[in-house]
Amino acid sequence: MSITAALGDTVAGDPSAAPPPRRTAQRAHLVLLGPGIIYLLLFFVVPVGALLATSLYVPVPGGDVGQYQPAFHWQNYVDAISQFWPTIVRSFWFALLATGAALVIGYPMAYVIAVRARGHKLLQGLLLVLVVAPFFTSFILRTIAWKQILADDSFTVSALHWLHLLPADARLTATPFAVVCGLTYNFLPFMVLPIFAALGRLDSRLLEAGSDLYASPTTTFRTVTWPLSMPGVVAGTLLVFIPAAGDYVNASLLGNNTNTTMVGQVIDSRFFKVLDYPTAACLSVVLMAAIMLLVGAYIRRAGTEELV
Amino acid sequence: MTAVLDRVASPTPQGTAAPRRPRRRIGDMLVPTFAALAFAYLLVPVAYTVAFSFNDAGKTNLVWRGFTLDNWRNPCAAPQVCEAFANSLQVGFVSTIVATVLGTLIAIALVRFRFRGRSATNLLIFLPMSTPEVVLGAALLAQFLALRVPLGFGTVVAAHVMFCISFVVVTVKARVSSLDPALEEAAADLYASPLQAFWRVTFPLLLPGIAAAALLAFSLSFDDFIVTNFTSGAYTTFPKFVYVSATRGIPPQANVISSFMFVLALAIVVLVQVLGYARSKRLRAR
Amino acid sequence: MTSTGAAPEAQATGAGGAALVIERVTKAFGSFVAVDDLTLTIQPGSFFALLGPSGCGKTTTLRMIAGLEQPTSGTLSIGGKDVTGTRAHQRPVNTVFQSYALFPHLTVGENVAFGLRRTRANDIAKRVADGLDLVELRHLADRRPGQLSGGQQQRVALARALVNRPALLLLDEPLGALDLKLRRQMQLELKRIQTEVGLTFVHVTHDQEEAMTMADTVAVMNRGRIEQMGSPAQLYELPRTTFVANFLGQSNLVAGTVVERDEKPGLLGVDVGGTRILVPQQRAVRTDGAVLVGARPEKMRLLVGDQAPGEAENVLGPGVVTDVSFMGVSTQYQVEIAGLGTFGVFAQNLLGGATVTVGSPVRLAWAVDFTFGLDGAEAADEGTFDLDDEL
Repeated sequence: MSITAALGDTVAGDPSAAPPPRRTAQRAHLVLLGPGIIYLLLFFVVPVGALLATSLYVPVPGGDVGQYQPAFHWQNYVDAISQFWPTIVRSFWFALLATGAALVIGYPMAYVIAVRARGHKLLQGLLLVLVVAPFFTSFILRTIAWKQILADDSFTVSALHWLHLLPADARLTATPFAVVCGLTYNFLPFMVLPIFAALGRLDSRLLEAGSDLYASPTTTFRTVTWPLSMPGVVAGTLLVFIPAAGDYVNASLLGNNTNTTMVGQVIDSRFFKVLDYPTAACLSVVLMAAIMLLVGAYIRRAGTEELV
Repeated sequence: MTAVLDRVASPTPQGTAAPRRPRRRIGDMLVPTFAALAFAYLLVPVAYTVAFSFNDAGKTNLVWRGFTLDNWRNPCAAPQVCEAFANSLQVGFVSTIVATVLGTLIAIALVRFRFRGRSATNLLIFLPMSTPEVVLGAALLAQFLALRVPLGFGTVVAAHVMFCISFVVVTVKARVSSLDPALEEAAADLYASPLQAFWRVTFPLLLPGIAAAALLAFSLSFDDFIVTNFTSGAYTTFPKFVYVSATRGIPPQANVISSFMFVLALAIVVLVQVLGYARSKRLRAR
Repeated sequence: MTSTGAAPEAQATGAGGAALVIERVTKAFGSFVAVDDLTLTIQPGSFFALLGPSGCGKTTTLRMIAGLEQPTSGTLSIGGKDVTGTRAHQRPVNTVFQSYALFPHLTVGENVAFGLRRTRANDIAKRVADGLDLVELRHLADRRPGQLSGGQQQRVALARALVNRPALLLLDEPLGALDLKLRRQMQLELKRIQTEVGLTFVHVTHDQEEAMTMADTVAVMNRGRIEQMGSPAQLYELPRTTFVANFLGQSNLVAGTVVERDEKPGLLGVDVGGTRILVPQQRAVRTDGAVLVGARPEKMRLLVGDQAPGEAENVLGPGVVTDVSFMGVSTQYQVEIAGLGTFGVFAQNLLGGATVTVGSPVRLAWAVDFTFGLDGAEAADEGTFDLDDEL
């Protein structure tokens, strides 16, 4: 699957075993790169600049709600963070839980497709299709499906009540649990695909050699399979963590607006309901910066310890 | 599989391997069972969505009221559903074409040329992918507000192209780097001008990668909600329509459209898989 | 530029091929000089081999001839026309690539037709069929390259280049990926085809045996320069540098000093560790001072006991046999002579196997006429096979 190859590649640096480009470029690369790079500058770099600028704006004195003027009001950050730090922390906490859950669920899936189904090309292909199949329906509809499956009057909840697996007054929707489940669910394929790609590249002779040398399957897994699948795990965890930390669809559809609010919801409502652009921009910048820092540190750590 | 067979076939020293056997067998079953449950988890909401497209729903499509084909017969019966769907298709097609062209060019340049600023370019490709959508949306909205750009079809497409480019680049890049540079040299050696070499050799060989990238871009664009929500103003796409109507009840027609897209995409992918499998089998048979 | 305008007049130069003249060509990649001031003329219709170890500059030279690389300085002309600065698609040259570089998305027939389509040749279908006949693959015209064996792919690559009737056909280690038996077969095939079509072939290889069996002229390259050029027999019988002596077959080389210019008419007297060795003046690179005296192992024979040497023979020894290996047609002996080193001797198994056992005292004798003299300033092991090199 393209996504997998793609992302494994990006995260692990540039291991594309491409032969060193022979030709010395004259102007051709500018023609090829120009349009796309200019596009990304105009619609990514400049907007991020606009976001930074907006985060420092102040209201126009005496102006209407939603009217701001350029300034360097760093106090915006202090205000935004002091008001919303629990939400920011909760966002990262939920994202972390979802990433962990996706790894626990996704790794065996990837393993079964890549290793157990190896040699059965058709089965492997069909399993992969099943992994990406959810992408073919609207993700909002799927999230709403969860909401209805876990709703208080749903079959699931009544069954759990009947089995006494769920206390009588407990519910599944509108809980942090439901939000984390939704996040895990929505980004699970992003975990499976890169791990599958890494395991798919794995030479089955290595596994045989492993079982030859260590005999115990757990030891083989710990000493051979896991380290070699590490690039996929790194890519997968990032691909789940990043969108999960910024997501607000799950929180708003499956959450309860008290102890499940995520930072994305706040950014959305500051922009559209309160028209408090500077605070929304501040929170966006903080979210982006925090993710960059975490991702950078993570890649560096994974890179030095595991990817060598 | 061969590993398992080998292990069974190879003589094992007595006593040492024997006690491990039963535990292995349980382990052998455990992982696939777990994976099967995980697949179920992944597919239950899909099945639910498809099933409720056949629900004889009243005002809301929340509980099962009985089977009907009416929703499939009149997919546009609910107000706005088809309009939103058509908008999403339009946005999807335009963004896919633009992003695929721009991304493919960048991918070729990144693999085939060594130039100053190559790592900066790689970073510029990587950053949009590692930025949460809500930040992308907020940034674009901040810019559009600052420049007083009216929100609508244009701004949505601009935003979608932006986040699709990076995915196209990485997808096509993988394909370009698996391409033997000697093929282009052979084309030049056989009197093909650079342009002819590109269209006759490079492009046809990149086509599977480009097609995969285009499909990926289309599905990203078609299903995008967050960035769209920030950049669309009053313009409504299908995911936005679903999200907005979630509070007052989603019409079953939305499930119909979603299920239709699901079946269509699934059919395409399964067809490609099966054809590819049949082809590789035929090749091996020769 | 338009495609038709850019296409070279390949057919004009037609059968017989064209001469290639390389004049003072240098190619540098940064500070690394791959080809160093190379001057070379290749006669029309010849089968020319560029032979050398990897990294010697032979492939760069080939790529410059093809137009895939431009020289840093110097000029190239094909058939009397200066082609320096023109690009690959503008030159009447076709290449058989090392990896074959067959287009995987086109059938065998379409691959072969590729060049003809670009030059808008007439009778494409017939020429493709003829080209495939030449390599005996017409029945596979509708297959894809992926469905062919290595040897078949190699022949398609050859046909694809040949149908264009190029002024020059370049072969970049074309047999490198084939196994030994197939390679032998293809060597003969290539030679047959070259004789049949009469084009100028330029063949790059690191396999000295391949170069010698196929080419009329071999140029041995080392470190971006041509060490020696000539017919295979000339190069073999009379190497002019230690590199050639060692890279092309094996040589016994031993250091000596010229003590008499005319010991006998036309013969140098060389002192080798106290023994007087005669070297024909015409077979010596220098006629005074330090020299390396050389002789091929199959030219040497063992003298056992007090067996007398022939009339015009040099003799070295006594030494001791340290190794005997039976090779079927011949037996190889290693003889250690104190103070001079180890010598190889190949003896034809005319009367069965080995006649001398390990540990036997022997002397070495060989005809004065087959002795050659090299510059004593060169390292005696230059060009010997190094396990780290080619693999």
